[in-house]
Amino acid sequence: MANIISDETIEYVGILAKLELSDVEKEQAKSDMGRMLDYIDKLGELDTTSVEPMSHVFPVQNVFREDIVTNSNTREELLTNAPEQKDGMFMVPKTV
Amino acid sequence: MNIIDMTATELSAAIRAGQTTAVEATEAMLARIEEQDKIYNCYVTVDKEGALVQAKEVQVKIEAGELTGPLAGVPVAIKDNMCTEGMLTTCSSKILGNFVPTYTAEAVLNLKKAGAVILGKTNMDEFAMGSTTETSAYGVTRNPWNTEHVPGGSSGGSAAAVAAEECYYALGSDTGGSIRQPASYCGMVGMKPTYGTVSRYGLIAYGSSLDQIGPLTKDVTDCAAVLEAIASHDEKDSTSVERQDTDFTSALVDDVKGMRIGIPNDYFGDGLDEEVRAAVLKAAEELERKGAVVERFDLSLVEYAIPTYYTIAAAEASSNLERFDGIKYGYRTKDYNGLHNMYKKSRSEGFGEEVKRRIMLGSFVLSSGYYDAYYLKALRVKALIKKAFDEAFAKYDVILGPVAPTTAPKLGSSLSDPIKMYLGDIYTIAVNLAGLPGISLPCGIDKNGLPIGLQLIGDCFQEKKLIQTAYAYEQVRGKFGLAAHGAEREQRGQNTAEQEGQCNE
Repeated sequence: MANIISDETIEYVGILAKLELSDVEKEQAKSDMGRMLDYIDKLGELDTTSVEPMSHVFPVQNVFREDIVTNSNTREELLTNAPEQKDGMFMVPKTV
Repeated sequence: MNIIDMTATELSAAIRAGQTTAVEATEAMLARIEEQDKIYNCYVTVDKEGALVQAKEVQVKIEAGELTGPLAGVPVAIKDNMCTEGMLTTCSSKILGNFVPTYTAEAVLNLKKAGAVILGKTNMDEFAMGSTTETSAYGVTRNPWNTEHVPGGSSGGSAAAVAAEECYYALGSDTGGSIRQPASYCGMVGMKPTYGTVSRYGLIAYGSSLDQIGPLTKDVTDCAAVLEAIASHDEKDSTSVERQDTDFTSALVDDVKGMRIGIPNDYFGDGLDEEVRAAVLKAAEELERKGAVVERFDLSLVEYAIPTYYTIAAAEASSNLERFDGIKYGYRTKDYNGLHNMYKKSRSEGFGEEVKRRIMLGSFVLSSGYYDAYYLKALRVKALIKKAFDEAFAKYDVILGPVAPTTAPKLGSSLSDPIKMYLGDIYTIAVNLAGLPGISLPCGIDKNGLPIGLQLIGDCFQEKKLIQTAYAYEQVRGKFGLAAHGAEREQRGQNTAEQEGQCNE
C-alpha cells in the first residue's frame, strides 16, 4: 500500500468528521483509507495543469430571489423531531 | 381482469374507464405487500391507512373529472430518502430512525398533484451509499427474481417493489447509478434525468452535485409518464433548470431511423460478463436493423470515472451529513460528556460502517493540505470526462452499453471488498459526473434466470432521444416478464423466470 495513514491522521480526520472510532475501527479506517487513496492516486496519471476545476456541469450563476418569507411558522412541528426541547428551543448539553 | 399485472398507465386508463378503482388497486398492492414483503423487505414503512384515504380521495376526483392524467389513482412507492410530511423518513439509517418530516419533497408533491397514491417508503443503502441495499439499518432487500441475490442499490427497495408488483412504479434517486443499476438487476426500466430536471428539494442530500430523482417503472411508457409528472422548475432548489421540453411522453415513437448510436469500446473490456456483453450487443443489432446507425468508438477516460466519483461524492457527503448532530432531529446517544462528545457519540452510533467510511474519506480529501491534491484534482478530471462526452455527442445521439458488468450478485458477496463493489459502478458513474441523462431497460436473461440491463446515455436535455430509442427497442424486444411471475411459476414447480422473461425474437 503506497499510502500509509498514520494514527495522527486518523485522529485528525476523526475530529474533522466528528466521529469517535474504536481502536478496531481506527485500524480498519487506516487500511480502508489507504487503499482508497492508492486507488484515487490513479488520477495523477492525467495532466490537468490547464484544466479548470468543474464544480457544476452547467454554467450556472448564483440564484437570487427577493427576501420575502413564503413558508409558514412550523416551529412546534419542527421541534417534535428534536431529541430534547424546552420553551420552544432545542436543548443541548451544557457547554459553559 | 387482473389489475396487478398492469403497468401504471394501463391501470389509470382502466380506472378512468370505470373498470376498476384507485381503492381496489391500492387494496391489491397492500395485500401483496402483506403477503410477500416479509420475504423481500422492499419497504421500510407501509402507510396502509394513509394510502386507503388517499385512494378514496383520488377516486372521487377522477370520477369528478378533476384528475385526468396518466398516473391518476396509481399506487406508488417512494425511496426512503425523500421527505414525506407526517410519514417516517429514515434514509435506511439508525440516525434518522424516528424522523418525521414536516414537509414533502417537491418530486413527491408533483406526483400527488398527478393523483398518485403513496403506499410507503422503500428500503435503500444507508444514505444511498452502496450498490446492493445491504447497508440498510433495516435489513437487506432481496431480489424478487431470486431471493439469494441482491436487488442492487442504492434504490434496491424501489426496484424490487416494482418487480415484485408491490407497487405500480416507484421513485428512486441516482448519484452514481442508484436507479439504473437496481433497475437492471430487477428487470425494470429506470431513468436518471439530466441534472437539474427534477427538483432535489426534500431529497436528503448525499452528493448534491450528482444526485437526481427519477422513475423506476415496468416499461418505457410509464417511465416517460412519470418523468413528465415529476420534472419541474423549482425555486427551492437553486440547481433546478428551467426547461420547456418536459413533454416526455411525446417521444414514445417507434422509430430509430437515422438515430446515431455510439458503442464505446471502453465499455466492453475486461470484467464484463460474457452473457451481458452478448445481450447488450444483440440489442444494438436490433436497433441497427430498425434503421439506427450504429458505430463503435473510443470514449476514453472510463477508468478515471470511479476514483473521481468517490473523491467528489465522499467530499460532498462529509459536508452534507454534518447536519446529523443529535440536536435538531434523529438519534442522540444516551451517555455523553459535554456537547462535542455528544456530537461524536451520536454520529458514531447512528451511522453505519459504509457511511462512516465515506465521511472519513471526504473529510480527508477536503482537509487543508490535501484539498488541492485530491478534491480539486477530481474536479479537474470531471471537466475532462465531461469534455469526452461532449466530443462523443458531437457524433452520436445516443451512447449504448451495459448498465453493470454482471447481473445481480449473491447476497453477502459484495461488502467485504469496497473497491471491488465500487468497480461495479463503472458504466453508470460517469453519467452523473457529466450531468447526463441515462436509462436502463431489460435486454435479456442470463443462465441463472437473472435480468440483464441495457443502458442508453444521452447528451444533456436529450431525454427524448433516450425514450424514443428505448421505446423502439422495447417494441422489437417484446414484453419482458416481471419477477413476480417467475417466482410464482417456480412455486408451481415449473421452470423459473426463463420463459416469461425471455425476449421475443
